[in-house]
Amino acid sequence: MWELIRVNRRNSILLMAVMAGCLVGLGAALGGGFAGQDGLVGGIAVALAVWAVLAMISLTAGDQILLSSSQAVPITPEIHPQLFNVVEELKIAAGLPVLPKIYMIHDPTLNAFATGRSPKSASVAITSGLLARLNRDELQGVMAHEISHIVHRDILFVTLAGVMLGSVVLLSRIFLRSTYYGSMGSRRRYSSRGSQGGAQAQAILFVIAILAAILAPILVQIFYFALSRQREYLADAGAARLTRYPEGLASALEKIAGNTAPLSTANEVTAPMYIDTPFRGGRALHLFSTHPPVEERIRILRSMSQGAALKDYVKAYRQTMGSETGLPLSVRKDTESVDLRAGSSDRSTPANEKTARRQMNDWARRASGFLFLPCSCGVTLKIPPNYSAGNVDCPRCGTRLTIPR
Amino acid sequence: MLISLLVIGGLIVLLVLWAIGIYNGLIRLRNQVDNSWSQIDVQLKRRHDLIPNLVETAKGYMQHERQTFENITQARSQAMGAKTVGEAAKAEGMLTEALTKFMAVVENYPDLKANQNFLALQETLTSTENKIAFARQAYNDSVLYYNNKIQMFPSNIVAETFDFTKREFFEVQNAAEREVPKVSFS
Repeated sequence: MWELIRVNRRNSILLMAVMAGCLVGLGAALGGGFAGQDGLVGGIAVALAVWAVLAMISLTAGDQILLSSSQAVPITPEIHPQLFNVVEELKIAAGLPVLPKIYMIHDPTLNAFATGRSPKSASVAITSGLLARLNRDELQGVMAHEISHIVHRDILFVTLAGVMLGSVVLLSRIFLRSTYYGSMGSRRRYSSRGSQGGAQAQAILFVIAILAAILAPILVQIFYFALSRQREYLADAGAARLTRYPEGLASALEKIAGNTAPLSTANEVTAPMYIDTPFRGGRALHLFSTHPPVEERIRILRSMSQGAALKDYVKAYRQTMGSETGLPLSVRKDTESVDLRAGSSDRSTPANEKTARRQMNDWARRASGFLFLPCSCGVTLKIPPNYSAGNVDCPRCGTRLTIPR
Repeated sequence: MLISLLVIGGLIVLLVLWAIGIYNGLIRLRNQVDNSWSQIDVQLKRRHDLIPNLVETAKGYMQHERQTFENITQARSQAMGAKTVGEAAKAEGMLTEALTKFMAVVENYPDLKANQNFLALQETLTSTENKIAFARQAYNDSVLYYNNKIQMFPSNIVAETFDFTKREFFEVQNAAEREVPKVSFS
């Protein structure tokens, strides 16, 4: 396992180096296009500076930005004891140093994500819609997937790579825009410089720059999506290993796939952190997708019949996909063996859509400080936090209830 | 003469440094084993504390299941009295089995299954059992690593000199845990 994390880190660094190469190349090409050979170094410097600033912001505040932009609120064990229990169990299984912070997104869609640079400062978030529809084993599977992301340090790499993608896109757009609007002015400046050969070299550099500005974002995106998909498979494998019960995650993914509402607060760069792609509608081309097709993920998990170790996942993957391409190299070499176990006896799921909705609303109310007051006739009164009177009449039986403060 | 003395002295220093390195490594591994054992121990104690509550809550609903309750109580007191890791593993296995049977019986009592207090206890119990299972894996991994280290050459020399002893695995005894679950293809 630790070996895997080490190799993982090396592979990710390799991929990031390729992306960084793209960024440097783009910087050089754009600089050259703008100001000739003198601009090469300047272009690289600007590209790296943009990357450094974006990386700094997203590493220091990225998790907070993601959590607040997805409107996740921290919750307490009283609101959902089972969620806390499940995360605590997985903390033990994964050997995390501290319990990740647990957030809930009050949203009817079905999704979950993890964030945080290191296992010490990690958070997990889940939508109330998903929480209301999963049984214990499924919840465990989903959380294990997220915690695997944390253990594998995926968030760090996906963030850095996302920033790289962001910088490349940003630089290219600025360049293409400025050449489009300012081409006349700059051409005049170049020609005033004199020598014929210089102008010719300048023209070649300019063409290279335009090509680079068009191709680099596409190239980096393909790398980025490949990285993201590998990480998803790896997190699935990690979840199976942690819970030793792949069926839990498989059946959770099935429920998630059946839901077609997109999560409105997600965007392209935050997408790899989610358990399944937060976008819906026509599936994107595989090459440009952050997540592998969910049906395939389910099929792989369901064919793990001999064990819960990473090597069993690799075997199931080979069976389903025909080859091992698409899996990170590190996972293919793992030899540890882990036994499967039986699922928990608690298979309770909400009886129907109505109870699920009611549960979601209750969590939202509890999280925002509502008081739950049971009446002897069976009705539970939900008192808003700004209700100031000392007592309230039960709407069904009329009993006067005092509100404990 | 002086040179050969220096060479021998240098070799001795290197040997001592090497032994110190091995020794510290062994201490670290042993602490890791102790630490992962305490992780299990905490959960086992929590389970022991939960059982009286669970039995108390269920008793009112399940008048005719005296034997089930007796089995649980007996297994619990045996588990609490266990001295070594091996004994604990055996007794806890029996307790797990008794609790599994109990949970199966509970299915016949819909009133009990609707009791909020009981449901909360059941959730805590399930979670505790999962924690035991997960912590056990970590413990056994660290024991395997530690035992290998003190038996293999050359670290076994240092281990023997300073009296590092092998640790016991925490192995489950009951059949239900060992059995590989059936996976359905649908």
